[in-house]
Amino acid sequence: MTAHLVMKTEDIPAFSVVDLAEQLKARRAQGARVLSLFGRKGEGEVVVTVVLLSPGVGLQLLRTTLDASAKHRSLTASFPEMHIFERELTEALGVRFTDHPWLKPVRFPSWAGRRMEEHPFFKLEGKEVHEVGVGPVHAGVIEPGHFRFSCLGELVHHLEIQLGYQHRGAESLLLQRPPTSLAPLVESLAGDTSVAHVAAYCRAVEALAGIPPDDDAALVTAVANELERMAMHLAGLSGIATDVGFLPGSSTYGRLRTAVINLSMRLCGSRFSRGWFRPGGPRRGISAEALADIRSTLTAVAHDFHTIHEHMFSAASVRERLVGTGILTTAQATEMGVVGMVGRASGRAVDLRTELPGAPFTRHPLPTTVEPAGDCWSRAMIRARELPASLEWILRALKDRTEVPVRKVAMGALASSTLAVAVTEGWRGEVVHALETGPEGKLVHYRVQDPSLRNWFGLALAVRNNDIYDFPICNKSFDLSYCGHDL
Amino acid sequence: MFHALKTRWEQGRQYVPDVRTASPAGFRGLPILDEKRCPPDCHACTESCPTQAITAAPLTLDLGRCVFCADCVDACPQGAVDFSAGVRMAARTREDLVLKPGHAAPHVPEDDAIRKVFGRSLRLRSVSAGGCNGCELEINAMANVNFDVGRYGIEFAASPRHADALILSGPIPRNMARALELTWEGMPAPRFVIAAGACAISGGVFAPSGELERGFLGRNAPDLYLPGCPPHPLTMINGILDLLGREKRS
Repeated sequence: MTAHLVMKTEDIPAFSVVDLAEQLKARRAQGARVLSLFGRKGEGEVVVTVVLLSPGVGLQLLRTTLDASAKHRSLTASFPEMHIFERELTEALGVRFTDHPWLKPVRFPSWAGRRMEEHPFFKLEGKEVHEVGVGPVHAGVIEPGHFRFSCLGELVHHLEIQLGYQHRGAESLLLQRPPTSLAPLVESLAGDTSVAHVAAYCRAVEALAGIPPDDDAALVTAVANELERMAMHLAGLSGIATDVGFLPGSSTYGRLRTAVINLSMRLCGSRFSRGWFRPGGPRRGISAEALADIRSTLTAVAHDFHTIHEHMFSAASVRERLVGTGILTTAQATEMGVVGMVGRASGRAVDLRTELPGAPFTRHPLPTTVEPAGDCWSRAMIRARELPASLEWILRALKDRTEVPVRKVAMGALASSTLAVAVTEGWRGEVVHALETGPEGKLVHYRVQDPSLRNWFGLALAVRNNDIYDFPICNKSFDLSYCGHDL
Repeated sequence: MFHALKTRWEQGRQYVPDVRTASPAGFRGLPILDEKRCPPDCHACTESCPTQAITAAPLTLDLGRCVFCADCVDACPQGAVDFSAGVRMAARTREDLVLKPGHAAPHVPEDDAIRKVFGRSLRLRSVSAGGCNGCELEINAMANVNFDVGRYGIEFAASPRHADALILSGPIPRNMARALELTWEGMPAPRFVIAAGACAISGGVFAPSGELERGFLGRNAPDLYLPGCPPHPLTMINGILDLLGREKRS
């Protein structure tokens, strides 16, 4: 589930910009997919790193350097999924591209002197086209973001999603404290995905300190991560039920989430599993008593969500609102690099738990859940199917155990001039953390990537040619993170 | 119909019968300080704290900064810091959030003016300004079938025009400062501010960031502080009920 790759920076294969594009084309043809692309300042240049996942090989790194004073051809022109990464390069590092279709800033950091009002929205021409602006403050209790719809009547032709309101300068804060003491900050990067982010952070920084993965620590992390997935899938189903006015679903999924997060709280002290994982090993393992608690709580929950699944997914009113609404096709999802749960609901078999299983998921494999249709119904069904899968996996993985003890390994100095990349399959999708040290073993760059960064554009595509009143259902079915995007 | 009845039957009773006395098992809540255990010249807790919430000699802990990570518990060689399952941590003033040796835990005296106007009905407008969705999920949880804050006449308003109090979460990024201000301007008086969570109260783990603009809180001091990272729904509900002068009631 949590996999890593650690490499001396001088050993990372480096290519010219032109060759990098060729490499990407060739490796993608062999089935590799891009997990991330990010840049950092070098000496008078921009150092760009690509993280690939290649079948049979695992994680791979490629590098190129860009002359910051020259203009470059964009990768987006050949691979549209690169669009958001190149927008980041332009905003954060001033890289100029000649043929990128939409180089609007991503997060509007204040140091760049960019102001939101100076960057106009995409404009649709036509006498009867009208615009609807929503946000950043929304009607419910949710994070802020702005949605600008271009409509003809009630039909949405285009949606531009403008974020950045949540930008807290997280990546530069991560360089301010000692690299082994960042867990409390990492747990708040996207606070509904605390486990997945802290798991990736811990693995990366442990890899830099030369600490190999421990099977029992990985098992405890995987259990916490699956509990987080269950809790947020239940929250998502509750939200979808609320948005279609199906109140039994709204209340029942809501109270089942309470049961799951209260279990996490009894295991570690926090309903969001905060303070459980630290570099060097989890603070707590799973005692015999905790194991009995997990078994009895999950058995009760399993029974109850079976009942509400039957009720909700057989209701004509639910089917009517969800089926055929907000379709993101497999072709669109693949082209735009849409990952995780939403990608799987659009027919993409992308799941790091099967692609890079690690010890827990090698010992107890978990088949990938895929729904082909890509509509709101599929995104609800993915959750409904992954819930029992996660629950049964936890019970199966702990079946032969009487307890799962953990030991704490002291963190030594970090390797110098080294890049460590760790990835994990959070409930939304793949979380990527990349930490690079300089010649003295100090952190010089920290890259955080929440799956939301890549998936927001999928939402924009899904609502095209839908009626505007279906937007809340579409948005909830994607359930993306604003702060995970804005950092 | 059969499915509906079965769902309802299995749901049973889910609400917390008495939120005033409920104590969540296993919760890492109100810290307990024991200064007598502090070795001389020891600053291990202070150095470990990600938000500068704790000071040694005298041993104090600022609940407005604390993110309840327990890194100080790991760092302390003598067990001078521990956490209890206590949820009652809300306070009326910023100063009252600082735990000191020999001082009682903070409590919320009722406010006559607020009780008279809002004691029987309070509408909250949530503004997330840099909140990580932890506080937002817990604010939402106040209204779910378990905590059911609606039973006290406390509800969430979709429009600032219909709201009595602004419940703020997050450290207030510069990019969100104006929208927060506009939402507040849209609320009719009388109105007040509630700060929920370490980020809203002090900036939390994001306090050193140069991307924040927290002037709003200087101009509009909160009438209620709800500590936590995120605050437990029971911390928030009890704090609000205390402020409104509501007696124990199920």
